[in-house]
Amino acid sequence: MITFDDVVKVYPGGSTAVDHLTVELPTGKLTALVGPSGCGKTTSLRMINRMVRPTSGRVLIDGEDVAGQDEAKLRRGIGYVIQHAGLFPHRTVLDNVATVPVLLGKTRREARAAAIGLLERVGLSEEFAKRYPAQLSGGQQQRVGVARALAADPPVMLMDEPFSAVDPVVRGQLHAEFLRLQQDLGKTIALVTHDIDEAIKLGDRVAVLRQGGILAQFGTPQDLLTKPADDFVAEFVGRDRGLRSLSFDSAAALPVRPPAEAPDLVLDDAGRPVAWRSVGDLGGVFQVTDSLRVVTDLAISSPVGIAVRVDADGRADGIVSHHDLADHLVARRRESASA
Amino acid sequence: MIQYLNNNSAVVLDALQQHIWLALLPVLLGFAIALPLGYLGVRFTWLYHPLVNTSGVLYSIPSLALFVFLPVLLGTKVLSPINIVVALTIYTVALLARTVADGLRSVDPTVTQAATAMGYRRFRRLIDVELPVALPVILAGLRVATVANISLVSVGALIGVGGLGQLFTRGFQLFYLEPILVGIILSVALAGIADLVIVLIQRAVTPWARFQRGGTA
Repeated sequence: MITFDDVVKVYPGGSTAVDHLTVELPTGKLTALVGPSGCGKTTSLRMINRMVRPTSGRVLIDGEDVAGQDEAKLRRGIGYVIQHAGLFPHRTVLDNVATVPVLLGKTRREARAAAIGLLERVGLSEEFAKRYPAQLSGGQQQRVGVARALAADPPVMLMDEPFSAVDPVVRGQLHAEFLRLQQDLGKTIALVTHDIDEAIKLGDRVAVLRQGGILAQFGTPQDLLTKPADDFVAEFVGRDRGLRSLSFDSAAALPVRPPAEAPDLVLDDAGRPVAWRSVGDLGGVFQVTDSLRVVTDLAISSPVGIAVRVDADGRADGIVSHHDLADHLVARRRESASA
Repeated sequence: MIQYLNNNSAVVLDALQQHIWLALLPVLLGFAIALPLGYLGVRFTWLYHPLVNTSGVLYSIPSLALFVFLPVLLGTKVLSPINIVVALTIYTVALLARTVADGLRSVDPTVTQAATAMGYRRFRRLIDVELPVALPVILAGLRVATVANISLVSVGALIGVGGLGQLFTRGFQLFYLEPILVGIILSVALAGIADLVIVLIQRAVTPWARFQRGGTA
């Protein structure tokens, strides 16, 4: 757990970067710090590993004030990933990854052996090991950056705009892989981004900061989308909040009708949906593990206004019309309002 | 010319040998002094401009003036090779202190920040990260300093210590072309070889620089 306890940072010029920030980043979760430029998100991040000293207040990791700890030792126990990766240009990929273990006293041979495994974990084959950073693409460099931060298996990781320097397609891949990695590792992560979509996609918790370093809202991504604390958050979160919030709702709770109620649905011998008799193309199907956003999209784009659910073997096991869906969403909204 | 070499091989070899150490010893000394100076110019930003300006002024002092003036300052004999070594060391420092500072300043700040964030302390960061990354720039400066020193040694002949330069003065005094030619060819060859050696060292110690965008190697 990373705790900000009434933290203030005023720079020598007199500008306030962080204004009485009190927030707890839960253990094993990814907390995104998001906000416009000048909101103090990077300053806050850097106070965790003492790259920036708070003017007042305390920053604690698992209850221990970082101010009392040796800077270098503290930092060796905290993974750090930045935009453009910041790899050492004079070291091979392997030696970049081996950096912190070597600083911690491991021999180069041991550190390199462990580094090979880490490269695999971030999706880089062994052939990259001997290359220099300048020989890699931006996305590959960023993967090495993540591997380097993970090398000493630190419980805490700080990430400052780690995915902003790569193109949208690569970013999407990196996001997916990173989420999978984090699911395995369960690190306590603070991630700074200016991109609210990234914050919502990656964060278990999101802290929205406004200009002048004031915490506007802290909560789950769903909280931000469904219950923005004020106009600033609502506007920052952006349009389509309602639709986007459906990404966080599982289709599991959605009542379905038996497929037999749609005589128009053509099934094959095994019971798998094939097409709509009248219009042809089926459009797509969903599973119980999908989000309501997927179901909504299917129901809207289906030529007959019906989304088809299938089981793990691909057999049709239910149908939902957009009327059913609308009823469910209204009921759900009423529930959450009364809760 | 061959005949001149045959008859005077001892003199020429002597001059060549003297030339080599008169040129290279100041490179080593100058580099050793310039490294900490250049670092200070980066560590304390207010020192950078004074460092650059002082270097510029020192480098603009005519070498002959320095050769003549140093004995007065140091109390050395006019004909002592120490004068040459000290003068060329001053030039080397003037050239390299700035190069070292510029090299260290050329290190991408995200790289130094990443190093700090990973738990490097200042000194180890300098040795393990900043200096190696600045090495291509520093070695480029070292090439210039070495070649410049090799040509400047000859001027020392005018005050009686000057390696191959002595072949020039002798040639002029005797109105005899051969020693002048030999002197020119040998000092150019010496500069060329020294330059090549540094380039080879650079390739060997900075294999990564070849892949840098716009990098030199």
